[in-house]
Amino acid sequence: MGKRIGLEVSLAVSEAVKMARVDAVAAYPITPQTHIVEELSQMVADGDLDADFIMVESEHSAMSACCGTSAVGARTFTATAAQGLALMHEILFIASGLRLPIVMAIANRALSAPISIWGDHSDVMAERDTGWIQFFAETGQEAFDLTIQAFKIAEDKRVLTPAAVNLDGFTLSHVIEPFDMPDQEEVDAFLPTFEPQVILDPDNPVTMGPVGFPEIYTEIKKQQNEALLGAHEVILEVWEEFEKAFGRAYRPVESYRTDGAEVLISIAGSTAGTARVAVDNMREAGKKVGLIRTRLWRPYPFEETRAAVKGAKAVAVIDRCLSFGGPGGPICSELRSALYPLPEKPVVNSYIAGLGGRDITLQDFYTVVEDTYRVLEEGPTDEYKMIGVRE
Amino acid sequence: MTNDKPTWKEYPMAATIHHPGSATGQNTGDWRSERPVRDDSKCDKCGICWIFCPDAALFMDEDGFYEVDLFHCKGCGICARECGKGAITMVEEGE
Ligand code: SF4
Ligand code: SF4
Repeated sequence: MGKRIGLEVSLAVSEAVKMARVDAVAAYPITPQTHIVEELSQMVADGDLDADFIMVESEHSAMSACCGTSAVGARTFTATAAQGLALMHEILFIASGLRLPIVMAIANRALSAPISIWGDHSDVMAERDTGWIQFFAETGQEAFDLTIQAFKIAEDKRVLTPAAVNLDGFTLSHVIEPFDMPDQEEVDAFLPTFEPQVILDPDNPVTMGPVGFPEIYTEIKKQQNEALLGAHEVILEVWEEFEKAFGRAYRPVESYRTDGAEVLISIAGSTAGTARVAVDNMREAGKKVGLIRTRLWRPYPFEETRAAVKGAKAVAVIDRCLSFGGPGGPICSELRSALYPLPEKPVVNSYIAGLGGRDITLQDFYTVVEDTYRVLEEGPTDEYKMIGVRE
Repeated sequence: MTNDKPTWKEYPMAATIHHPGSATGQNTGDWRSERPVRDDSKCDKCGICWIFCPDAALFMDEDGFYEVDLFHCKGCGICARECGKGAITMVEEGE
């Protein structure tokens, strides 16, 4: 049996990577992710982790090195945030296109300019379509669990697709939380060693990433997308297995007090904690309000999302990312698309909040719900609303 | 669309090539408009053309002359330009 300890969430993610018996880490420090790779480099230096830690000069190189280590069959991890993730952009497509099951933690942070080291989801949303499996953690325990699960999911023969675990910068990465730490044997039993299907091997040479002429490019992209879509089933399988082994249940969309709810708040990441308190308070005041939380972002859980909002009159989607010049927040857009084919669907409102580390307060949730009730009565007035902005 | 080309399921994952050197089977000479022709009386077998050919389309024969592999030669003319003896002339295809 494992033990219950208090630990900084970043360090717990490093611990998860160590327990996953990772073979290679290539990373470049960037706030608020630094503690994760700093700890991993310490573990390697101390001889506590038998892995290669590759120092690089940029995140572009970090992801490139990760592609190399993964291609030779090494279980590979990296972590980054904000501009670092943006600098990886080009190589993220190569990792997924080459079907390399790299696992990455993203300590979500706002993108410059102006410079912000604080949290929001604009970094990962800019990488939404890079073909990676993407999860959002609410708690430290979840970030820890998802990291271990991510290796099993990404490396599954049916998937072979890289996976990113999002944890909010500072509000998760830098806080100390209680953890149920499993024993190494328990993790070993859950997570087998990586068995790559194709590797770079001088004795048995292959060409990875050749030219894809127009004649084959579409077929290869379809192949890649099918693997990502197929990951959905594997994720559910892995979560079921995880629940049996560790007792913690995971679902693509989490629901809280949605029974009989008229208005649902939708959110991703650590802010769900505050949202839950807001829902409790509003329920106590007689308002029929519930919460849904996006845990699985890619592949997008269409069916689970439709099921989660069933019966609600309205959904108020709060995004910590502004899609400039677009229809609203990225999670809202996806939710609207998922619901559009339904003959009966709730009204969906988009709210932007928590940009660049701005707190999302209880009052913000009350405001959002109040505004949603107003829209239910009067009809929509805006494509989306920014919450807490000084007008 | 129906044709005899492989479906997305039939390609190796990520288009990985499992038989290295498969590009040698590609006819890269089919878009050549000019081909190099050597004058043996001028050629001193120095090998400059062989060094400069960007497509490895020249190979040495038994007599030490550099022959053109027209399946791969793109007709770029680099060999003709680099030959110090003026032994190579580019001749228009079809002539
Ligand atoms: S460069 Fe000219 S002289 Fe030298 S081997 Fe080639 S054809 Fe002959
Ligand atoms: S024409 Fe160009 S490709 Fe052909 S043999 Fe000469 S250098 Fe090589």
